[in-house]
Amino acid sequence: MTAYETVIGLEVHIELATNSKIFCSCTNGSDADPNTHVCPACCGMPGMLPVANREVINLGMTAGMMLNCDINRTTTFDKKSYYYPDLPASYQTTQWFAPVAVNGHVTIETPEGPKDIRIKQIHMEEDAGKLVHDNLTFTTLVDFNRTSVPLIEIVSQPDLRNADEVEAYLERLRTLLRFAKVSGARMEKGTMRADVNLSVRPAGSQELGVRTEMKNMASIAAIRRAIEFETARHIDAIENGTEELVQETRGWNDDAGTSFSMRTKETAGDYRYFPDPNIMPIVIDDEWFDRIKASLPQLPEEKLEHYMAEIGLSEYDASALTQSRAFCDCFEGAMAAGAAAKDAANWIITNCAGILNKRGMTSDELPVPGSALGQLIALVDGGKLSSANGKRLLETLFDVAERGEAIPEDIAAFAETEGLLNSSDTGELEAVVAAVIAADPETAQAYRDGREKALNPLFGACMQQLKGKCDTQVLRELLIAELNKG
Amino acid sequence: MSENILFISESSEEAASGSQLTLGLDDLILTKGMATSAGSKMLAGFKSLFDARVYERLHEAGCAVAGKVNIGEFGIDLLGETSHFGPVLTAEGQLTTAASQLLANGSVDAVVGLDVNGAQARAAALAGQVYLKPTYGCVSRFGTVAVACSGETVDVSACSTEVVQQVLDTLAGHDDADGTSLPESECARLKSANSEAAPITQVKVARGLLATADEATQQLIEAAIATLEAEGIAVSDTAPETDKLLSVANLAWNILMCAELCNNVNRFEGMKYGYHAEKCQSIDELYTKSRTEAFGSLLKTAILYGSEVLATNNYDRCYDKALRIRRLVLEALTEECAGGTALLLPACAKRAYSLAEVEANPNLAFEENRFTAPAAITGLPALVAGGVQLLGNAFSETALLRLGAVLSSANLAGKEA
Repeated sequence: MTAYETVIGLEVHIELATNSKIFCSCTNGSDADPNTHVCPACCGMPGMLPVANREVINLGMTAGMMLNCDINRTTTFDKKSYYYPDLPASYQTTQWFAPVAVNGHVTIETPEGPKDIRIKQIHMEEDAGKLVHDNLTFTTLVDFNRTSVPLIEIVSQPDLRNADEVEAYLERLRTLLRFAKVSGARMEKGTMRADVNLSVRPAGSQELGVRTEMKNMASIAAIRRAIEFETARHIDAIENGTEELVQETRGWNDDAGTSFSMRTKETAGDYRYFPDPNIMPIVIDDEWFDRIKASLPQLPEEKLEHYMAEIGLSEYDASALTQSRAFCDCFEGAMAAGAAAKDAANWIITNCAGILNKRGMTSDELPVPGSALGQLIALVDGGKLSSANGKRLLETLFDVAERGEAIPEDIAAFAETEGLLNSSDTGELEAVVAAVIAADPETAQAYRDGREKALNPLFGACMQQLKGKCDTQVLRELLIAELNKG
Repeated sequence: MSENILFISESSEEAASGSQLTLGLDDLILTKGMATSAGSKMLAGFKSLFDARVYERLHEAGCAVAGKVNIGEFGIDLLGETSHFGPVLTAEGQLTTAASQLLANGSVDAVVGLDVNGAQARAAALAGQVYLKPTYGCVSRFGTVAVACSGETVDVSACSTEVVQQVLDTLAGHDDADGTSLPESECARLKSANSEAAPITQVKVARGLLATADEATQQLIEAAIATLEAEGIAVSDTAPETDKLLSVANLAWNILMCAELCNNVNRFEGMKYGYHAEKCQSIDELYTKSRTEAFGSLLKTAILYGSEVLATNNYDRCYDKALRIRRLVLEALTEECAGGTALLLPACAKRAYSLAEVEANPNLAFEENRFTAPAAITGLPALVAGGVQLLGNAFSETALLRLGAVLSSANLAGKEA
């Protein structure tokens, strides 16, 4: 029996995390009500001229550098013509002749060891709108919020051999691009989508088989199923002649678990690419190139090494932090604000992660800056804020961010206004202690008789009266002293 | 099809003071208040959501815009004959443009338009009016209906060089909304305040191109040469290599113009705005029927031609080659025009065109544009005055206009007769 090898190349579309769209000043926001982030330019009205968003080019260069590409120092935008109701100008502005980045690679881990997946190119382009079909009324509505949202398309060489490698490659892309703040790269949110190019050939053959392309895959699980299905279909066609394989674009029906033909090479349109005369070629000079190069983040594995070897974190803590750029930033910011590394790591991994999880947010969405966390930790360490109220304060900071307000600069002042700081009045503590002992003489006596555990209910009663606003160490000492007096 | 419709839509605007101008805007310049149809059934009655930058600038300067001036469909024809609203004829029954007719009858002081393929340059030459196509990038194209973006510029027609300069002073300037707009310091070189511009001291004649014009036109050029020489201007011929490049400039321009046009008018598919075909069963049918019914035949020819030159199999030998020719022509003309030199050439091959002639050869504009294509393909400024055309280096507008004043007042047509 012939052994077969699957040959896979990916085209990955990633929405860029810019504030505005690629050629107009509309907000880049996918969650808004339909057709609220639109203007005459992204609706394809006559008379508007494209003005390239510089931040898009910055992010395109950043992605290229993260993926070890050569940056084209002169990069151009080109027009791609086709008719579709979600494309209001009937052309897409993309990069055909001189994409921003070429000839890179991404290293993935495989059971056989590290493997380089070559990147053919990365080009920048605008997204199309979104069609919403209503199968009950047979109508289709169009939402132009997404038109002209900036994308990069990362085109790999056909270097992937199975679904595990594809998954490892996508995970690695996602990590690198999130770390570089190019994109959230979330498949479930549609900010990362992949086209899978697949062919099958006898193992050891150097020739490529007939290639089919599956468009717009939106989850890794679906990609795995589609690769499995297509591989089997191709082998069946080759071995048993069940069908003639043709070069074509196919869709994937994840519910049915089957692929279906969309268009063959013969019926594919000619996109009539040509340079967009309204966008001057973009020349990347040394100053610009160097500035982007200098802004690249440490890779997660470099940070991991740094956190363990130089900062002295455990491997567990270091790897938990380096899952997310936001965690790393917060950790480093908290340390810069004076927090001990272990404390900062604990607060992020335990408390921040807990709140994020409870609120259904990802680690990249951590809204608390390191400076705020550092101040918070200092307040707790200094006995000005109880640990429980520290957690309450952290929740409050999440609430502030959720309301779209700025996180306050002075965390002590904020904790004060929120009424969470410990009482610094020992007189008040003494009064509470005296009152609690007076109210429960039996438990007090039990403690004096040598039952140490009897301290706990008394301590709890004090904390309740003080609403948690006290330095617990001081309270404990006062309570013991007062009991021993009597 | 009715004849001699000059304004497609009118306004009741009045100039801020007696000294300010009343203008017409051609039908490719978008205005919120007045419909903009680009001379096409496709956009008949279309109201833009915003005003073109040039309209804003004219308003700010206190000028009044009397209305939108009839033009040929998307501005690519010979003399406006393909307008959905009908052609414009002179009293003698010859073709002219609505802009030239409005200037001739004194309705407006000037017309600001978008030059795509030389129609208004030809009309101004035939009517003995003054016309300027400024250096590419010096007047914002924001709010003009895009046809052939790499070469089209906002243009100005009037009866005198002074009025053209006055309008240019208002229009020239940088605009962030136009990615091809040049820096303010360069745009400012077009204004009358820029007295430092080197005068034109030498004129070169493109003999090869001139030989393709008719007898009367050639005589007109000879009369212009005599006038210029009398003014102390040295006259010589362009280099043979330049003649060779000029002879293919319009072929290259036709390729670039049609390709860009094909892409730019893709957006007019009958769905979102404009003409909408009735009783269609599918979206493909809607696209096809709307465009079939609303576009005229010259425009369809240009779309098909543009579609062909961009096809994957033809791109390298058509579109890419045209881009290379563009660069060669620009290099040659920049060298020819160095040191205060202008090219002298006709704006069109004849002294009059009839409707019957264009009906017999609907593609005449793509041949006659050999005299206007050099300016279109290079983005260099071109002036029409006294029936002839002067083409100069970038930012030579004020010098061209000074020389144009001499040609305008010389009554060249009278001398030639």
